[in-house]
Amino acid sequence: MDFDHNTLVAFSKSYGLFYLMGMSVVVLLYAFWPNNRDRFDAAANSIIESEDKPCQ
Amino acid sequence: MMAQLTSSERQNIIAIGLAILIGGFTLAILGRNDILGIHALLFVAAGGLAIIVGARNLYKPEPSEDRSQSYYDDPSKVGIFLALIWGIFGMFIGDWIAWLMAFPDMTFSEGWSSFGRLRPSHTTGVIFGFGGNALIATSFHVVQRTSRARLPSQVLPWFVLWGYNLFCLLGVTGYFMGITQSREYAEPEWYADIWLVIVWVSYFGLYIWTLARRKEPHIYVSNWYYMAFILVVAVLHIVNNLAVPLSWGSAKSYSLFSGVQDAMTQWWYGHNAVAFFLTAGFLGMMYYYLPKRAQRPIYSYRMSIISFWGITFFYMWAGSHHLHYTALPHWVQNLGMSFSVMLLVPSWASAGNALMTLNGAWHRVRDDAVLRFMMVAAIFYGLSTFEGSFMAIRPVNSLSHYTDWTVGHVHSGALGWVAMIVFGSFYALVPWLWKRKSMYSARLIEVHFWLALAGTVVYVFALWNAGIIQGLMWRTYNDGGTLAYSFMESVDAMRPYYVARGIGGLLFLTGTILCLYNVWMTTRMATETDTESVDQSVATLQPAE
Repeated sequence: MDFDHNTLVAFSKSYGLFYLMGMSVVVLLYAFWPNNRDRFDAAANSIIESEDKPCQ
Repeated sequence: MMAQLTSSERQNIIAIGLAILIGGFTLAILGRNDILGIHALLFVAAGGLAIIVGARNLYKPEPSEDRSQSYYDDPSKVGIFLALIWGIFGMFIGDWIAWLMAFPDMTFSEGWSSFGRLRPSHTTGVIFGFGGNALIATSFHVVQRTSRARLPSQVLPWFVLWGYNLFCLLGVTGYFMGITQSREYAEPEWYADIWLVIVWVSYFGLYIWTLARRKEPHIYVSNWYYMAFILVVAVLHIVNNLAVPLSWGSAKSYSLFSGVQDAMTQWWYGHNAVAFFLTAGFLGMMYYYLPKRAQRPIYSYRMSIISFWGITFFYMWAGSHHLHYTALPHWVQNLGMSFSVMLLVPSWASAGNALMTLNGAWHRVRDDAVLRFMMVAAIFYGLSTFEGSFMAIRPVNSLSHYTDWTVGHVHSGALGWVAMIVFGSFYALVPWLWKRKSMYSARLIEVHFWLALAGTVVYVFALWNAGIIQGLMWRTYNDGGTLAYSFMESVDAMRPYYVARGIGGLLFLTGTILCLYNVWMTTRMATETDTESVDQSVATLQPAE
C-alpha cells in the first residue's frame, strides 16, 4: 500500500481518460437507444397535463 | 399548518424538539467559557419553540380528510416565504457592502459591522438562505407532481426546512459574533456543520423515499438534477468541513487539510457549490417550471439527459481553475482549465434546450413577464457559463483574477440566472399552490422584471469595466520597467463603477421586495374554487401543436 505521487498521477491520467470516454459512450447509447424514445416522449409530455391529486 | 398533522406526528415534533433542546443545552454547558456557550442557546431556543408549537396543538382535532388523496404542500408554501425573506436580508447586506466599497465610512464602528463579517452574511443569506429555501420548496413540489406521490412523511419535510433555516441562522449570527472557519461559502463552524449533515441526510432520505413511492415508471429529468444537488452537496460539505475542534467546548476548529491540499479541497468544494448548489438544482427547477408555464414539452428530452451527465462529471474537475499560477501542480491547473472549457458543451445544451422550448411561443414570452423571467434566466445561464469557461483559461485568468471581473461574473450567474429562474418559478408556482386564479398584480411582476433586468445589467457592466481596468492597471509598465500605477491609484479609479454597482444592486433589491409583497397579497386573495379554469385559461393561450 505504498503509492507515491507519480504512481497516482499516472493512474489518474490514463484510467481517468478511459473511464470518461466509456461513460460518454454509455450515456449517449442510453439517450439515443431507439427503444427509449417512447419513454422519453411520455416523460416530457407527462408534466404538461395538470395533476392535482396523487393517483392511487 | 399543524391541522394536517395527526397527534402522533405532533408528539414526534415534541420529541425532536426535546432532542434539539437537550443537545443545545449540553453544548451550551460545555462551551460556557467560550462564545460557543452563547451561540448554542440558538439550538435551545429552536428546540424549545418546536416543543411549544407541538404541545399547544397536541389536543387539537385530528385531520379528517383522506390525506393520501392530495399532495403535501405546506412546507413548500412556508419555504417560498422564507426564501424571499432571506433574499431581502442577503441582498440588503450585499447592497450595503457594495456602497461601502465606494464610501468606506458608511458603517458603524463596531466589530459586527466590519466588511469581513458582513460579506459572508451576504453570501450565506443569498446563496443558502434565498437559493437553498427556494430549492427545498420547489423540490418538494416537483418531486410530488412528477412522481404522482405524496411526500411519505409529514414531520420530515418540516424538520428539513426548519433545520436548514436553523443552520443558516447559526451561520449568519456566528459571523456577526466573529465565529468563522474562514472557508469561503463554508464559514459556519464545526457544530453548525454537523447539524447540517443531519438535516441534509434527512433531506436525501425524504427525496429517495418519495421517488421510491412514485407511480410513474420513468423518473422525470428534474428529479435527476435535484438528486445530484442533494447528493453532491452532502459529499462536498462533509469532506470540505473535516476539522478538529479545539475542544468540545470551543467554537474554534482546525481543518484536517493544510497548505496546497487545503486550497484545493476548498476550491473543489467552492466551485462545486456553484455547480451543484447554484446550477444543478436550479436546472431541475427550470426543466419543470419552464415547460409547464410555456405549456410545451421540453425541446429535447435526450439533450437534457446528455447535459445532465456532462454537467455532473465535468464540473467535478473544474475547481482547480481558481488556483491558476499558485503552488498547485501545473497539470492539476491544466486539468481544471480543460474541464472548464469542456463544460461549455453541456451548459449551452441546457441553455439552448430552454430557449428552443420557447421557440414558437415568443408571443407568450412577450406578453407574460413570468415566462420572460425564465427566458432571461436561460440567456444569462448561457452567458455566464461562456464567461466562466473563458475566464478559466490561464492567460485570461492572469488578467481577470483578483479583479472585480470575477465578482461581476458571479453576479451575472447569481442575479441573471439563479434569481431570475427563482422569481419566474415562484410567480408560476404561487397561484398553483394557493389555488388562486393568478398572482395579485401582473403589473407588479412586470415592474419587478424590468427592475431585476436593469439591476443585473447595470451591475454586470459596471464590474466588467471595473475588473478589466484593474487588471490592465496592475500590468502596465512604464519605460523604466516598473509598474505605471500604484495599487491605490487602481482603487481610486474604481469609484464610479462601485457607485454604479450599488445602484444596480438597489434596483435588484427593490424588485425582490415587490415580489414578496406580491406573493403575500396573492395568498390573501379569495380562493379560486374552480381550479380547472386556471389551467383552461393557460391552455387557451397556446395553439395546439
